[in-house]
Amino acid sequence: MGSNGTVTPVHRHRARREGLPHRILELSDLTLRFGGVTSLAGLTMEVRGGELLALIGPNGAGKTSVLNCISGLYRPQAGGITLTGPDGARHALHRLAPHRIAALGVARTFQNIELFKHLTVLDNLMLGRHVHMNGGVLSGGLYWGRQRAREIEHRQYVEQVIDFMNLEPFRSAVVGNLAYGNQRLVEMARALALDPHLLLLDEPTAGMNAEEKESMARFILDVHEEQGLTVVVVDHSIDVIMDIADRVVVLDFGRRIADGTPDQIRNDPAVIDAYLGTQADDLGRREDGP
Amino acid sequence: MDIFLQLTVSGLSTGMIYALAAAGFVVIYKASDVINFAQGDLLLLGTYLIFFGVAQVGLPWSLGVAVTLLLAVAVSLAVERLVLRPLVGEPIISMIMVTIGLSSVLRGVTGAIWGPNPRSFDSFLPAGDIVLGPATLSTARLLSIPIALAVLAGLGLFFRHTRDGIAMRAIADDQQAALSMGISIPRVFGVAWALAAVSAAIGGIMLAGIVGVSPNVASIGLRVFPVVILGGLDSIAGAVLGGAIIGLLEVYVGFYVGHGLNLVVPYVVLVLMLMVRPYGLFGKEIIERV
Repeated sequence: MGSNGTVTPVHRHRARREGLPHRILELSDLTLRFGGVTSLAGLTMEVRGGELLALIGPNGAGKTSVLNCISGLYRPQAGGITLTGPDGARHALHRLAPHRIAALGVARTFQNIELFKHLTVLDNLMLGRHVHMNGGVLSGGLYWGRQRAREIEHRQYVEQVIDFMNLEPFRSAVVGNLAYGNQRLVEMARALALDPHLLLLDEPTAGMNAEEKESMARFILDVHEEQGLTVVVVDHSIDVIMDIADRVVVLDFGRRIADGTPDQIRNDPAVIDAYLGTQADDLGRREDGP
Repeated sequence: MDIFLQLTVSGLSTGMIYALAAAGFVVIYKASDVINFAQGDLLLLGTYLIFFGVAQVGLPWSLGVAVTLLLAVAVSLAVERLVLRPLVGEPIISMIMVTIGLSSVLRGVTGAIWGPNPRSFDSFLPAGDIVLGPATLSTARLLSIPIALAVLAGLGLFFRHTRDGIAMRAIADDQQAALSMGISIPRVFGVAWALAAVSAAIGGIMLAGIVGVSPNVASIGLRVFPVVILGGLDSIAGAVLGGAIIGLLEVYVGFYVGHGLNLVVPYVVLVLMLMVRPYGLFGKEIIERV
């Protein structure tokens, strides 16, 4: 990836042509503890190639912990995470450093927007291309012409993403000055600039009004449907998530308590129990989680 | 007028050496938030390494400079790898304290190898003087100014345009996001220490050519603080301007106001600056929105 100078969206094309393996991510018996608090208690689940998987559950169920384990920010005490790359190679993510996981095409956004606030939108997105850029201090100086040509290619890729996410008006704005909703879009755009194999979205609609949520959901669907990207999304806005997800996994106390289509989940007694006091019908309509 | 011109050249050449040391300090601070108290000792190491290579081993100047830079980088990388990296994630104060210890060790080791007495040797900078109207200017000092400026400009370009330079700015802004973009923090810290060593070693080499080799060189390390506080802790341009101002102020005050006061004036500036504009002339004004 990247080393031979490919700037075209490798993963997506391959995904379509060769057909993705059934599972691109497997979490087996994942256990994560912070001192005496168990965040994940032997969680086993999978992500299938090309699907839009929603991960829901009450507060503290371990949703964000799952994403942090996948992207390497947390190290599980037990269990394993296996990623099957676009080339069929299998990688044990639980043993890799975060920057290596990103280089394998796992991109993510954060619950509390983590952007480079002092840089422009364009620079933030160019940083998304980091894993595709090779060359250090010396080679950058030695092969200046070639580096420049590659830089232009990266720039073109980023422009496509800017176009896709409708960020043209803010291209040169410093990110810290943007409105909250737009920052969320920039963060997603930056993840897309990485040309991900797997996209992890942590509460992409948190803090948004109904209209913004709608438009964010639209973007997620577009990424998923038009580009065939595998997406895992964690969110509290169950109404939004139930509308767009192919499959839903419900967590409670660090365990998987339900797994199925949105319709199956709406009627699952275990889920209704977990969302204590919430009626089955409400699950699909509430603005926020309980 | 002739005296004024001589003082100016002298002040600027000293100032540029301060700037080289300060720039290394800035690079490390920018990348890792570590305040490096051993910066002056890296300078000291540079002067002794060039003395060792050229005067003791008998290498030609060009080779001597290359060997000095390589050894300085090797020492710096070893320090980063063996001393600082194990402390990543510890409170920043621990890392700062370690650099104070490092300063003593470097001073002790150079003292043990080369002894406490000042040494002198033929400079590679031409010895003569240039007579400009009524003023007689030292060629060595005059030449050191453009050399230092070229190195500092190179550092500035590095930050703005190279993959590692941009990664460094990204890490300074948001470490988690940088990790998820595939940026390797150990690599970036290593590059920062290597660059700090190069910049300090070049300062040391020029210092060896201008004032000779002695353990007193390490005292310049303390002068780095007024320079970076004046210029801004995270700005290369600030290091250049700060270095020039402090260098000039020292010679002017020493000559026109009173000898001895030149030793104090940098710290008077430091205190005033902290009261008036604590982020420096070019530093990032940090406004946290809460």
